[in-house]
Amino acid sequence: MTIPFRTETFRGDFTFSNSPAAIRRFPFPFDRDAYMYSVNIEQHVPGRVQTTTEFPIDIDEHYVAEMEDRALVLKADPLRCQSLPHMITAEWDLLELLMTSMARHYPDHFTLTCDGDRWHWVNRPLGIDQEFTFGEAATLPLPPMEYVTRQCQGDFCLLDQRDDNLWMDAGIVTTQADWSLDFDLGMNFIEWHGPVPLAHDLGVFDRALKFLMNLQQGRPVRRLNWTMTINPRLDTSPENYHLWGVDKASVTPENVGDKVHLRVELQALWRLPRSNAIVFSIRCYLIKMDELVTQKKWARRFHRVLRDLPPEIAGYKGLSRFRETTIDWLARHDDGAETSPGFGPD
Amino acid sequence: MSGGEDFRVRVVEAENVTPTIRRLRMLRCDGGALPPYAAGAHTVLTLETGGPKLRNAYSLLGSTLSGGAYEIAVLRTEASRGGSAFIHAAVGVGTELTLSTPVNLFPVHHLARRHVLVAGGIGITPIAAMAAELSAMNAPFELHYAVRDEALGAFAGDLALRHGAKLRLYVSRRQERLAVREILQHQPLGTHLYVCGPERMIEAVLGDARAAGWPEDSLHAERFLAPAGGEPFAVRLARSGLMATVGEHQSLLEAIEAAGVDAPYLCRGGACGQCETTVVAADGSLRHHDHFLSDAEKAAGDKIMICVSRLEGRELVLDL
Ligand code: FES
Repeated sequence: MTIPFRTETFRGDFTFSNSPAAIRRFPFPFDRDAYMYSVNIEQHVPGRVQTTTEFPIDIDEHYVAEMEDRALVLKADPLRCQSLPHMITAEWDLLELLMTSMARHYPDHFTLTCDGDRWHWVNRPLGIDQEFTFGEAATLPLPPMEYVTRQCQGDFCLLDQRDDNLWMDAGIVTTQADWSLDFDLGMNFIEWHGPVPLAHDLGVFDRALKFLMNLQQGRPVRRLNWTMTINPRLDTSPENYHLWGVDKASVTPENVGDKVHLRVELQALWRLPRSNAIVFSIRCYLIKMDELVTQKKWARRFHRVLRDLPPEIAGYKGLSRFRETTIDWLARHDDGAETSPGFGPD
Repeated sequence: MSGGEDFRVRVVEAENVTPTIRRLRMLRCDGGALPPYAAGAHTVLTLETGGPKLRNAYSLLGSTLSGGAYEIAVLRTEASRGGSAFIHAAVGVGTELTLSTPVNLFPVHHLARRHVLVAGGIGITPIAAMAAELSAMNAPFELHYAVRDEALGAFAGDLALRHGAKLRLYVSRRQERLAVREILQHQPLGTHLYVCGPERMIEAVLGDARAAGWPEDSLHAERFLAPAGGEPFAVRLARSGLMATVGEHQSLLEAIEAAGVDAPYLCRGGACGQCETTVVAADGSLRHHDHFLSDAEKAAGDKIMICVSRLEGRELVLDL
């Protein structure tokens, strides 16, 4: 199946938008009319066809534009991609995971041929044709992690496992929701979750860490997380807060539909075979309110979720400044009817 | 819950390296590639012995960084519950088996400056894989290998060829003793120690290292225990309502699996913690055999590692 890639921007004139097909496959994260915090981890097994979990690595109509945006971010700030020297094996593991998955599931766009260690990678959408030797970094124009993740949607962190902990020792992070790889690099799991005090008391992170350290090869897991972003901006890093922070004050009753976006992250975790490291991937999906309300069920449900969200959570997710305006606008699209169970549109 | 994907494999080579060690080489039946793995990984083999199905963990020999055949070496032990005896007697070229995606509970520490590898007897299997991997990475290491006599040091010749002076062999029949204290004395800071072998040897090596002031984070051991045998007892699973009897030579985990419940596990040897199960009630006393629970947890009696531990008594009720 050939994907029609869009020409669009995630900055400046913000021309990003979703086709009707992309709207229908949006990973809407609420299966009921209220939001309840939970870790909600499930096996990362293939989902229904034409959904974002049909394949382990999801490539969609925004692929080319997102890769262009990533290149711009890296050009302005090379520290968004970093890897400590001992992570080189994990980098190759990641390259293999992404290339094999993309080539298997999107054969129209990507081809991988392996003859022992001699690999040949063809990426048609980006016009790349590369022969290289697996395991020999000098045969690629960039280090393996950077090379492959400049060609794959989503942010990727590589976690080394040692001393009974996980260490964020490599990653490429250009589409983050307000956190920084440069800040977290080299930290362990407990350290990088430091700023969430209550969760520590509950032992949430200790349990999550134990769970992740027993994560097995061949059994990836995933979860959905959500927040909201003003304008379809992929790069909402703390380093660039001065660029996007002001957007939050720009929401008016007239522009809600176009400016306010639901941002959903599909997070997945894989155990890697050679390095024993873990990949933490964060794939970001954006949908503007005008697009969301084309699905009646989502319009009703998101209105109720946002309306009934506890203020602490709204504050934590940074929604307070534009929440009321958005609820008022969404109320017009909520006819009070019941919503059907499940995540998908009716 | 248990294991990753399973693969049907066919034995393509089987040889008795010594009278007590049998090496198997296996490839996927459907011609597909087996996943790559790093040194220290093990696979769980399902053995259809005719009697109860057995699942045993075996360290993988070598490391197939690009996928390919899997090799294991199996020691025939006197105390075998049937698994190793079955492999020695009935598994040969052409036999089909099922094995799990590799799990690595004994990986090389990627920030170590130097690696000291210590193996005793069949404990050489993960250690030899580490030596191969470290040597390919050009990382500094030394390998100490203790065997009863040279015939048992089945892999010694091959190791000597590959690693030359990095290998030190200790043959107990020639009165050569592995003196860990001396080995440890001269190691630079940042060295990590890895040991695999008989239980008593592991304890002695780790004890020496601790006495020499080595930090716990630099010490790594792999010890899978065989499930302990004992008097049969009844197990009741509170959530599923199932009842089963745990036989004399069967583990709790095996009895639960035989009853049709897919209980979690990774190592089946009391080391990883994956099979930790809450005890609802115990009519009798728990016999803990694992390395995972702390002494306090063992004394508290509300948790049990079902892969190796059991009840001495009438009935155990588990939260499963
Ligand atoms: S399965 Fe590893 S401790 Fe029981």
